[in-house]
Amino acid sequence: MHGNETHAGSPYAPHTDEDRAAMLEAVDAETVEELFDIPGAVRFDDEFGIDARTERETRRLVRSILGRNDDLTELLGRGHYGYYVPSLVDHLADRSEFLTSYTQYQPEVSQGFLQALFEYQSLLVELTGLEIANCSMYDAATALGEAATLADRVRDATGYRVLVPEADLLREERRSTLENYVAGTDLEVESYPTADGNVDLAALEDAVDEEVVMIYAENPTVRGTIEEHLAAIGDLADANDALFTLGSDPVALSLLERPADVGADVVVGDASVLGLPTSYGMGLGLFATREDYLRQVPGRLVGASEDATDRRAFTLTLQTREQHIRRERATSNICTNQAWVALRTAIHAAALGPTGMVELANRGVRRAETLAERVDDIVGVKAPVHDRHHLREFVARVDQPARAIADDLERRGFAVHVVGEHEIQLCVAGVPDERLDAFAEALEGVVR
Amino acid sequence: MTDDSGRDSMEDDDAQVRYDQARYVEDGQYEPLLSEKDLTRVDIGDGGDGIAPDDAESVDSPLPDDLTRDSLELPELSEPELARHYTRLSQMIYGIDSGPYPLGSCTMKYNPKFTEDVAALPPASVHPDRSERSVQGTLEVMYRLQDYLGRIGGMDAVTLQPPAGAAGEFVGIRVAAAYHEHNGEGHRDEVIIPESAHGTNFASAALGGYDVVSLPSDEDGRVDLEALESALSENTAALMLTNPNTLGLFERDIDEIAEMVHDVGGLLYYDGANLNALLGRARPGDMGFDVMHYNVHKTFATPHGGGGPGAGPVGVVDELAPFLPAPRVREGDQRTKSGEPTYELFEPEHTIGKVHGFHGNWLVLVKAFAYIARLGDEGLADASAKAVLNANYLASRLEYDVPYEPFHHEFVASAGDQDAADVAKRMLDYGVHPPTTKWPEIVPEALMTEPTEVESKDTLDRLAAAFNAVAAEDSETLANAPERTTARRIDQTSAARNPRLSWQALEEDES
Repeated sequence: MHGNETHAGSPYAPHTDEDRAAMLEAVDAETVEELFDIPGAVRFDDEFGIDARTERETRRLVRSILGRNDDLTELLGRGHYGYYVPSLVDHLADRSEFLTSYTQYQPEVSQGFLQALFEYQSLLVELTGLEIANCSMYDAATALGEAATLADRVRDATGYRVLVPEADLLREERRSTLENYVAGTDLEVESYPTADGNVDLAALEDAVDEEVVMIYAENPTVRGTIEEHLAAIGDLADANDALFTLGSDPVALSLLERPADVGADVVVGDASVLGLPTSYGMGLGLFATREDYLRQVPGRLVGASEDATDRRAFTLTLQTREQHIRRERATSNICTNQAWVALRTAIHAAALGPTGMVELANRGVRRAETLAERVDDIVGVKAPVHDRHHLREFVARVDQPARAIADDLERRGFAVHVVGEHEIQLCVAGVPDERLDAFAEALEGVVR
Repeated sequence: MTDDSGRDSMEDDDAQVRYDQARYVEDGQYEPLLSEKDLTRVDIGDGGDGIAPDDAESVDSPLPDDLTRDSLELPELSEPELARHYTRLSQMIYGIDSGPYPLGSCTMKYNPKFTEDVAALPPASVHPDRSERSVQGTLEVMYRLQDYLGRIGGMDAVTLQPPAGAAGEFVGIRVAAAYHEHNGEGHRDEVIIPESAHGTNFASAALGGYDVVSLPSDEDGRVDLEALESALSENTAALMLTNPNTLGLFERDIDEIAEMVHDVGGLLYYDGANLNALLGRARPGDMGFDVMHYNVHKTFATPHGGGGPGAGPVGVVDELAPFLPAPRVREGDQRTKSGEPTYELFEPEHTIGKVHGFHGNWLVLVKAFAYIARLGDEGLADASAKAVLNANYLASRLEYDVPYEPFHHEFVASAGDQDAADVAKRMLDYGVHPPTTKWPEIVPEALMTEPTEVESKDTLDRLAAAFNAVAAEDSETLANAPERTTARRIDQTSAARNPRLSWQALEEDES
């Protein structure tokens, strides 16, 4: 009689009553309770009050709760995108050896995962032009935090200033996460001004001095504009012996200026734009940097080596940087990371191939432009607000209060960003053409 | 294709190594890299250099040249080719479904399949910037999971944001710092951590800017109260403890420890890595802990995914709740037309802010919620019971000495004269995954073993047989192991001395 036919125990513990009896005898105990060495004073003899359910009931429960979510067409982006993920990704990544294995501390029985992560690292090396990529951080915000602590470690001298764009070009969540990551250091986060959806280069030049350890900018920006001053920012960072950290993502990197060509020292961002659906913000922190900083890189690195038969084999390497060996002197506290998401991203990128990736980015330019023209034709709407090139998304000005317009659109089945009292932001990534058409009609109806 | 790797020596052994199937070795590699199958260069715009080699394709971009890169060079392969590549890779991995996985401290329990299905439900994936009104289902799952975890840990308030256990530790450290700062005690700059603790504890405290004070164990393998007494001072911000500790021992003096820490104004932090030992039997909140993290990828069976994603929610007592990361979920004042509660996001009053760009590893949290809802009180308590029974039974069958007891869900055996790392490599030849090795250092040549509740008596017998077979073998056999795995022993020194971390680096290395 197995426990999984009743609610009497864990359905995933395979012990028969006979087994249990034999095992207790072997350990010289009458009951399992005897094996717990917990003083009476801290024993828990109450109940949690959580009812057990069958698998079917549990599925029904979760489905019914999640069913309370409205099914909306999301024109949402701002650093997190819902591209279509090919079926291939689910089916391959869900193979249970990928899904249920542990970190590759025994490389001889983890070759497959190590190679997949090595290929993921190589993808980032090509996209960024930088020599080193780790095999994941949690997300874009935490990768930014790790970049700042890296800058703190590699830059000798007394610098303490970390410069980031002001609020209109930096998600508050990213800034807040960064602030937490540098809370234990002497670093201070400061804003520099922006101008028309780009870095205000002159103002940044004024802000920089030799106390700056890192300058951060994003391409594309959170407002969808393509940054036009990257090389100048890179030069400015160089001239002041500061690191230039660039925030981006694999789709943008397929088309936009290569970070290595504009003097970026670190590239961070959310790589899960490929491989994951929107997932309420679950991500994959990409982290790439120059070879000079190899010993200071946070997180896991997969390297090639040879086995005893001289065949090529892969292994986690340079682990002396990591917490399980270096403890309080580690380059980061990260242990469990986002390996399986990195696998998904690598499969998605491979499914697209270089042509598909460049095309996907190109479509993001063209379709955003098309939608902007379309909504700009609507009386009471001006788009795009910024006189810049855009990727995937843009800000539109609306005469009526933006919040009311967004609420009305939601009632018609569309979700948009409200980014100002009279500003909404629209993203085309993952939204089929016919839904964009329907959206434009809905917007017309709403502002009428 | 033949292979001369000397794998005949164990031919007669009936241990079948499943991940050793479909071996196809060519040109000194187990599976070519994607880049070795194809590399295609796509020139962007007018091609930059104007010379298009035969294998280059050209794609025009609507953007001006000075805003684009010149080219992109990556593998261009068909779907069938990719399906075979990744299928082959998966065959070279040992997962939970391949066999037992007794990694101490890692709680590698079986991952129920149905939780994958609930996480794949279309409404489980919404954009994080959606209005609260339109994602009531997502918020309800979060609210209920916060509630479940609070009950299980005996904590008053829970944040789901930390994306892993170490991130949870960091949140705990930051919350402690904010709390002390708020009380005008920002001078506290020390965190006390037992020597036998997880490396992440030290790294998380250091990331938070604290000096680490290391605490030796007493001869029983528990916290040395005298050492603790002398370590504690008005500079103590927190003591981080794992209970049961990494030897599987319950800190019997926990009441007294909590009192000592609180007496000097410090906080007590619970590392949830070993919570699987205590479900339904003891709660960190009842032991005097102020703050804890849960490892849902351990205790609540969400798949490890080759090293993540996990999730590390943090629970705190009431006094610390105002400092938790934002946002959290609470019930709103409104009810729906049909009388159901509504849910909303809110910012705790003195929040430390964000530790993740959005809401953490949401899909992992859905799986954890489904697991807890499936097991309920009885299932969770039974999981702990069987985990402890399994560890005790397995240890009783081993030839290796287990110096510290009474342990709970895990134990640390000593490989004695053998090298624990070699023991692990040899165990691979018997078709099972080895334990965690060489740690904690308090046990010489440590074999830190945690079978979890999901192994049957038969499997444990097989696992014990593998341990014992290896225990009887000579050091040369061990040093040459493994010989029946996909790859043979891998040269770590060469990997570190000559780092080749991408196919581009390999290419350079070979030229």
